[in-house]
Amino acid sequence: MTPLTLTAGPKGGRRTAWVPTLVLLLGALYCLIPIAWVVVAATKDRSELFSTFTFAPGSGFFRNLSDLTAYRDGIFWRWMANSAFYAGLGALLSAAVSAAGGYALGRFAFRGREAVFKMILAGVLVPSIVLAVPQYLLLSKLGMADSYLAMLLPSILSPYGVYLVRIYAAASVPAELMEAARMDGASEWRIFSRIAVPMMMPGLITVFLFQFVGIWNNFLLPYVMLADDEKFPITLGLYTLLAQGASQPALYTLVITGCLLAVLPLIGLFLVIQRFWSLDLLSGSVKA
Amino acid sequence: MTSAPLKGAGLVEAGPLADGTGTAAQTVRPSRPRRRGRSAPYWFLVPTLTLFAAFTVVPIGYAIWLSLHRVQVKGIGLGKGARQQVWNGLGNYTDVLKDSEFGHSVLRAFGYGLIVIPTMLGLALLFALMLDTPRARSAPFARLAIFLPYAVPGIIAALMWGFLYLPDVSPFYYLLDKLGLPQPDLFDGGNLYLSFANIAVWGGTGFNMIVIYTALRAIPPDIYEAARIDGASDLKIALRIKVPIVLPSLVLTFFFSVIATLQVFTEPMALKPLTNGLPSSWSPLMAIYDKAFLQSDIYGASATAVVLALATFVLSFTLLRISDRYTREDRA
Repeated sequence: MTPLTLTAGPKGGRRTAWVPTLVLLLGALYCLIPIAWVVVAATKDRSELFSTFTFAPGSGFFRNLSDLTAYRDGIFWRWMANSAFYAGLGALLSAAVSAAGGYALGRFAFRGREAVFKMILAGVLVPSIVLAVPQYLLLSKLGMADSYLAMLLPSILSPYGVYLVRIYAAASVPAELMEAARMDGASEWRIFSRIAVPMMMPGLITVFLFQFVGIWNNFLLPYVMLADDEKFPITLGLYTLLAQGASQPALYTLVITGCLLAVLPLIGLFLVIQRFWSLDLLSGSVKA
Repeated sequence: MTSAPLKGAGLVEAGPLADGTGTAAQTVRPSRPRRRGRSAPYWFLVPTLTLFAAFTVVPIGYAIWLSLHRVQVKGIGLGKGARQQVWNGLGNYTDVLKDSEFGHSVLRAFGYGLIVIPTMLGLALLFALMLDTPRARSAPFARLAIFLPYAVPGIIAALMWGFLYLPDVSPFYYLLDKLGLPQPDLFDGGNLYLSFANIAVWGGTGFNMIVIYTALRAIPPDIYEAARIDGASDLKIALRIKVPIVLPSLVLTFFFSVIATLQVFTEPMALKPLTNGLPSSWSPLMAIYDKAFLQSDIYGASATAVVLALATFVLSFTLLRISDRYTREDRA
């Protein structure tokens, strides 16, 4: 990290800066408390949840797990699989579409380029419900509401993804290389698929991860689109479970265990891909 | 819906567009394909534009069309052709403006934003500055921990906090009880705003912190070196040099937080089952959902949605103009 050069300032020394360290640790504590809580609470059985001290581990984790798995013939795992499907396929398609669109906007000069780009970016500003309600009404006219496609299709286009690939393509695919390939008689498709895509890969991975998290976390779209709980993603599934829990508190332990299991894959993914996750890209500061 | 595109996070993503487009425009050295391949960019744009037309343009057009119509019921409304869509002009819009329920939901969103935005961005800036302080220990751990909530779906964050607000389950109530302090009802009246706001702050601070921290790291260290030789303390360097330099990122994170606030949906939805008497039109998005699907008035709901979209656009352009001015003054 850059601050290394600073440690040798006039005040010098290697003393720890206690105030910043303390502030950071308090911040970390605040952010970790709910996660630590859900880990502990998932180990408690129904009676322990409301009777023992919050952070005292319980004895019921495996029973909670088997209860959750048994709940309505394992619908919880179906929700998890649905989420993985929506987020995985949606993010993959999103990265592909963004790759082509961003490459066109970043590496070609053509009439209407800026207009197209601004129009797509303006899409970010449209409140999601303004789109979701008419999308639902239109898809139900086509007989497609409450289907896997109804959830998948609206999730593919990512204005942010197009924006990011545009910047990335402009910075990482040299015009000279494209020109040379053209001289050698390569088709535009071949230049894109064999030269540009590999060079843009870090940017595409970032788009994929963002969109994956975005779709996995989405609640409003499935809430509007889906009625059949066999097609629910995990967010909507756990929400309906909680709503029922208001009348049957026995379901609370299931919701808590479900929350833990739903969060784990994302946190795991997060820790693993941290190094690929291009945080500098995220704020648009690409340096060629 | 603070969850997906809205989490503040989702939206901040496009944050740097003001800077970024500039960068892009400079670095784009468009190659000039001769004859062959001149149509290539259009082909590459086909998937993007098709999806944009199908899932953005057409739905917006349909919403506007619906907002100008209403259903006319003939007789008792049974049988074929008894319900017809007829032109209603701006009738739905005047209804929206008179609709006090929607007005209240907008006011609630503003009240909620007044708590969330200063707290979230203040903490994000504070943590970013602390991360950037030389000799701060455990910075990599803290950075990861504070960013971690970004990986937690908004609805699940709200469910977890919802349980932490329940007196029987919460460690905070346990502590208050042991200390003999009064125990507030976190699901009641004004506290409800704090309860929702806390969830949004928890989920959004990390992302904004990273955006600001990235801007901080881009500052060449020689600047500090010079200030340090002049005898400036860490605190002074932070306030006099770092904060002004990252002001443009702060303005942008503010911009996207405001938009996200108008669209708050997930937190109140998630806590609704745990509370009594939270109105189903608490936030603007909930009011629109309520109108469209619970009252089955898609025409009125569309008009409300269009009003919300227009308000968002006006607000965005105003804020972008202000942020432009900031950025320019900064460069001058």
